[in-house]
Amino acid sequence: MSSLQLFWFILIGVLFAGFFFLEGFDFGVGMSVQTLAKNDKEQDQVIQTIGPVWDGNEVWLISAGGAMFASFPMWYASLFSGYYLILFLILFGLIIRGVSFEFRSGMPEERKWIWNWTLTIGSFIVPFFFGILFISMIQGMPMDSNGDMTAGFTDYINLFSVVGGIALTLLCYLHGMNYISLKTTGPIRERAKKYARALYWALYAGLIVFAVLLYIQTDFFALHPVSTSVLLGVMILFTVIANYCSYINKELVAFLTSGFTLIALVALLFTGLFPRVLISSTTSANDLLIESASSSPYTLKIMSYTAIGLLPFILAYIAWTYYIFRKRVKHTEIAGYGG
Amino acid sequence: MDIVTLARFQFAMTTIFHYFFVPFSIGVALVVAIMETMYVVKKDESYKKMAKFWGNIFLLSFAVGVVTGIIQEFQFGMNWSAYSRFVGDIFGAPLAVEALLAFFLESTFLGLWMFTWQRVNPKMHVSFMWLVTLGSILSAFWILVANSFMQHPTGYTYRNGRAEMNDFGALLKNPQVWYEFSHVIMAAILMGGILIAGMSAFRLLKRHTLSELSTSIFKKSLRVGLGIALFGSLGVLATGDMQMQALVEDQPMKFAATEGLYEDSDDPASWTAVGWMDEANHERVFGIRVPYVLSILSYHSLSGGVEGMDSLNESLTAEYGDDNYFPPVNAMFWSFRIMVGLGMLTLLVSTLGLFFTRKKSPSLFKKPWMLWTVGAMTFAPFIANTCGWLVTELGRYPWTVYGMFKMEDSVSPNVTPASLLFSNIVYFLLFGGLAVVMFYLVVRELRKGPDQQEEQEKEEEPATDPFDGGAFNE
Repeated sequence: MSSLQLFWFILIGVLFAGFFFLEGFDFGVGMSVQTLAKNDKEQDQVIQTIGPVWDGNEVWLISAGGAMFASFPMWYASLFSGYYLILFLILFGLIIRGVSFEFRSGMPEERKWIWNWTLTIGSFIVPFFFGILFISMIQGMPMDSNGDMTAGFTDYINLFSVVGGIALTLLCYLHGMNYISLKTTGPIRERAKKYARALYWALYAGLIVFAVLLYIQTDFFALHPVSTSVLLGVMILFTVIANYCSYINKELVAFLTSGFTLIALVALLFTGLFPRVLISSTTSANDLLIESASSSPYTLKIMSYTAIGLLPFILAYIAWTYYIFRKRVKHTEIAGYGG
Repeated sequence: MDIVTLARFQFAMTTIFHYFFVPFSIGVALVVAIMETMYVVKKDESYKKMAKFWGNIFLLSFAVGVVTGIIQEFQFGMNWSAYSRFVGDIFGAPLAVEALLAFFLESTFLGLWMFTWQRVNPKMHVSFMWLVTLGSILSAFWILVANSFMQHPTGYTYRNGRAEMNDFGALLKNPQVWYEFSHVIMAAILMGGILIAGMSAFRLLKRHTLSELSTSIFKKSLRVGLGIALFGSLGVLATGDMQMQALVEDQPMKFAATEGLYEDSDDPASWTAVGWMDEANHERVFGIRVPYVLSILSYHSLSGGVEGMDSLNESLTAEYGDDNYFPPVNAMFWSFRIMVGLGMLTLLVSTLGLFFTRKKSPSLFKKPWMLWTVGAMTFAPFIANTCGWLVTELGRYPWTVYGMFKMEDSVSPNVTPASLLFSNIVYFLLFGGLAVVMFYLVVRELRKGPDQQEEQEKEEEPATDPFDGGAFNE
């Protein structure tokens, strides 16, 4: 394995981690439109907290996909074709959710409810099926020597993957609650905290089941006992801190730690996979490895220059955007979305 | 149905639908940036209203463009995994650069543009829209770098059973990139101009429902739109002509098919203006022929013959083995003619429109027939763009990468026809639904007019902030 291959494996992990940290709270906010907000004003209010940033946050996913295509074409090809229907459902969720923002603001009041629902449902679908995808992936999938998956229903949908789907959805939901408490004023801010406090208990239960199933269903503890245990511990620690902060009104810390939980989860998945990118349940000889799934050294080199040259600028203007929109969205002054 | 046909149908469907909104967004973003710049320069509030109004329509198009764009990126891995393995080295790179360089820029600054009308000064605000426009143009560039490799592969070496990149510069210097890019950008400019002119024309037909300010904004928009459309249509014809001449050398089969030419032409070559081909028997059933014109189109000269599809097929068979190398001839022949015809029509209508709106005697607003004509042109670029891509992509047949990798070898071997059929049906319904809603919302925006946006501005009022620095508040 060359250092460039390792660099790109890590970078793809970083892009997915960035996606779940940033778009994670967008999903949570999207879900909250029909589950937390109690009236039109509150719906507008929560949507406005992510209005300027959700689209940029989604680009992390597009970048992760593009980076995977460029640096690990075999991984990209096997994963995307193997998860055809799961990814199709994710795309469906992303589409109905992505158009909701503009469509609801252009609609007459009496038809806005359609796009509130598409936003909510889409925001549930995407993290849930990403959970299914990642958790079934780390259990190993039937894959031939060409890297083509021929998986059946239970390879995708089993107890562990469903627990993973629910856990990821819950993590995003809580991350969204923490974001709403951080970014709003008025009754919804308190309600978000109330919901978060209650749901953290469900998350603890989910994390314990997740850890047990991770031990039973994957080789992560056998292969990487230290990093797997440490990262699981880190996830639980961050969860406890976030939960505690929701009680003592440290909203920023609660938000950051719920985001770090998601980053730790991605790190757990990627370190557990290492040095593989896809695990074949047929025979370990068919595993896709970082070493053999990548592009040529030349492509990796060109792409490394590009990424290293561009990322500082991207991070700088994204940070600046969050600085510009650092204010809370007040519950008393809500207007329509758009220019 | 076999997976190749289903995957091809899906690619065509998503590309066509996605591409309704790509040039729409690029073109209208550019026009909005120009309008807002006029506001900054002239300090005339009506230009601000104008920019905001067309900006709202741009946002609708952008939203649908973004969500359908994600399908495009995922589709290569989902439906065309063998292709992705074969060219990932080369094809993936521009897609990744597109995301990093263009998408982040576009979406971040669009978010800023939408919500900072009152938070930053007007000069900085208009710069956001220019950055959005720049981002969308860069995005077009990188995706066309990828597409150009499929049409005219360069900068690679064949190794380990795959095409591996060995010269990134050659990928960018590929002449095909520059033909496609200039043509696509010109077409987007044309589209931005004619859409705004056309929608304004429709609205001016029902002038009695408009406020005085709205009427004047639509009149100004119509003029600005027509001017931009005139520039775009001249550019589109010039760049299209360059591209066709390159085609004679690079992809002679594609060229011969768009001209419906089975037998080698005479020298000088006559051109079939309209006609119909019998694709089974490789014959022209009928055709109206104009002498010399094909030589002029191919070489800008009064002489020079063009090789026909039959003899091209023989040389392709000799080089690559037995296969069907004939693209769908009638589809390409007619797509090309409709595209060029609509381009010329836009040129004519925008010239006429500008003539009738000249400052000395602006009589266009009293000519309902002319407003109808300009209005009808709103639909032309959608059809013309689709036809253009049909010529480009159908003309690749049977190759995904020209002369290198065939469609039948490109599909995902493990995806079932049932999955593909299912996703095709859902996408079809979804796109239909999105198109209807999009149309409804654009009409609704137009009905409202630019004069009714006041209430949207109060969102910018300063709110309480626990960690407020106080900057950026005006």
